[in-house]
Amino acid sequence: MPMREHSDDTPVDFAIVGTGAGGAPLAFKLAKAGFSVVAFDAGAWWRPVEEFASDEAHQQKLFWTDERLCDGNNPLKLGSNNSGQAIGGSTVHFAMVSLRFRPEWFKARTLLGYGADWPIDWREMWRYYREVEQALRIAGPVRYPWGPKRPRYPYRQHEVNASGLALARACDALGVAWAPAPLATLSAPGEHAPPCVYRGFCVAGCATNAKQSALTTWIPRAIEAGAQFRDLAMVGRIETGYDGRVSGVHYHREGAWRFQRARNVVVAGYAIETPRLLLNSANSRYPEGLANSSGLVGKNLMVHTNQAVWGTMKDEIRWYKGPPSLAVCEHWNYTDQDKDFFGGYAFMSQGPLPAAWAATQTGNHGLWGQALVDEMEKYNHQVGLKIVGETMARESNRVTLADEHDRHGLPIARVTWSMDDNDRCLVDHAIRFMTDGLEAIDASGIWSESDNTAHLAGTARMGDNPLTSVINADCRSWDIPNLWICDGSVLPTIGGVNPSLTIQAIACRTADRIVALAKRGELA
Amino acid sequence: MTGKRYPGYDVQSKRQTSSWNEPTRRAIDERLALPREPRFFNNLEWEILNAACARILPQPEDRAPVPLAAMVDAKVFSRQGDGYRDVRLPPLPQAWRCGLAAMDAEAQRRHHRSFVLLTADQQDALLHAMQRGELKDPTWGDMPAAVFFSHRLVNDITHAYYSQPAAWNDIGFGGPASPRGYVRLGENSRDPWEAMEAKPGLERKVSEVNRRVR
Repeated sequence: MPMREHSDDTPVDFAIVGTGAGGAPLAFKLAKAGFSVVAFDAGAWWRPVEEFASDEAHQQKLFWTDERLCDGNNPLKLGSNNSGQAIGGSTVHFAMVSLRFRPEWFKARTLLGYGADWPIDWREMWRYYREVEQALRIAGPVRYPWGPKRPRYPYRQHEVNASGLALARACDALGVAWAPAPLATLSAPGEHAPPCVYRGFCVAGCATNAKQSALTTWIPRAIEAGAQFRDLAMVGRIETGYDGRVSGVHYHREGAWRFQRARNVVVAGYAIETPRLLLNSANSRYPEGLANSSGLVGKNLMVHTNQAVWGTMKDEIRWYKGPPSLAVCEHWNYTDQDKDFFGGYAFMSQGPLPAAWAATQTGNHGLWGQALVDEMEKYNHQVGLKIVGETMARESNRVTLADEHDRHGLPIARVTWSMDDNDRCLVDHAIRFMTDGLEAIDASGIWSESDNTAHLAGTARMGDNPLTSVINADCRSWDIPNLWICDGSVLPTIGGVNPSLTIQAIACRTADRIVALAKRGELA
Repeated sequence: MTGKRYPGYDVQSKRQTSSWNEPTRRAIDERLALPREPRFFNNLEWEILNAACARILPQPEDRAPVPLAAMVDAKVFSRQGDGYRDVRLPPLPQAWRCGLAAMDAEAQRRHHRSFVLLTADQQDALLHAMQRGELKDPTWGDMPAAVFFSHRLVNDITHAYYSQPAAWNDIGFGGPASPRGYVRLGENSRDPWEAMEAKPGLERKVSEVNRRVR
């Protein structure tokens, strides 16, 4: 099926910057609704079967490895588990864990006393979760132990590996529920894809296309619906016209700067590149950057704390087999009792590949030399429980522009993040709880990892007040009516679950809203 | 080419099986064929780096060592970043150049000779002091010794090491697995194309099994 081509000079209805969990579903649904769409990505358009090696080091080609500066009290480690650079974005190497937000989190301020309320009702979000789960044919359990009753998942749950069964036994011992993790990888043949073969290289990219990434789901459907995707196209600046509206994007491709005219621009570059592009697009009319009258672009950066407890079993576990997190416990997302902190966390079973495991041993355990070699030899006996822990939004955690420039001459991002007392209390609680869990299953040599994060969110938050948010519930900029932001940066709170399902749900909703607004003549 | 825990296991024996697709074979071949001579580091830096590699990742003597220094050199030469830089560090090449010079300056300050000529114990003591952030020679400039130690020295060397088939053999990792993947996911269950772990007294039998792993 040939891809429809658009010319730079004819304005398209939507220029979308970024093709991951935000940009890809939006491109599909907008194209299907009849809009002309061009989507840009700085990364390459990979053909997994022909071009993906079963190899951690080689597959770093999927990560955003351009320089970014990290500071604050807890400088982030970017690149692998929080940044992608490819058609399909980070979903090409995500761990596929597809969890819904707890309903109360959409009114976190009102109901739970922290963070901010979302401008979207949870029931509406849950309908969109369903749409995404169907589109990605999520494999999950028949009964999910937490939250309101939900329909069964489209595909049956995956077999839980030894690493996941260790989590199950720990949860049983602690008296809390566990579940096979709902995952975006096929548990049975799909239309054009084979089921998962449990090779375990998921976070290095799936070479068999069982993974339901944006690259294998939304994007082929978007092309069929008439959208165009341009790979290796770095958008450096959004242009603003005399009327104060955006008029298109400057992008670098095949060695030259080009300009795509557009009636609407959607920024979907995730929580670092989105604010970077908005700030880099400052001009005399918008000296503080686009969509930034609130001053909040780049602020309220959130991550997930990603601490873990590790131990050694007598049994052979061989956690390299299967998706890394096949079992999950969301108990502390849905329970508010006995907590001395705001927010929640899920914890999951683990299966790091050798280099990632070595990085954990060197970075957090401080091992090197013979001690490292000896510890690494226990690889096939390790188990671990790792959290996806909610952090609080604070304006001092932020993305700004650094003085250094990248190969395109664009200022690079400076990413500032520090834990606060609440974040630390949550982590301490999780480590205590998970340590009890590993002790209950007779793991030996238990140790806890104190310094790790995953995922990003929050640098262009949505809200219902232009003074305290960057966009409204439709992901539309308060300041510039034809500028939209649709990715993880719009989340007002990050919750205690992996964000990809929520980002895709927001993108599906945004597309429906755009179609509705257009019908009412409010797109302009 | 065999570790003690998984005797006889060589992940590369699966090279022609359905566990290794063509892109994997190409990637591993390229890694194993890496130039052994430095392209970025000068002679003295190269010697210091080799000495540091031997301490950060001591390798078994019964097999050819993984060329760790060459892999670090390749990373720095090609400026292959990690996707982030702690603001306390200069860019990759400058960090390495400064860090190795500072290590040597610290060795001169403590023992009046190059890091390369120290005993293993002296080198380890110096590396421990670096890890604890106790080294303050002016050669470090603004770069904290402990940050260089964890982000560059240990990070870059161990990442190089655990990308090598020899290291996978030592820990019993299944290695590349596409498109075959795995079938047996439960505890204490191995597919016939995975390494068998040696229990005491059974090393020879296990070694025979592992030699047949395909």
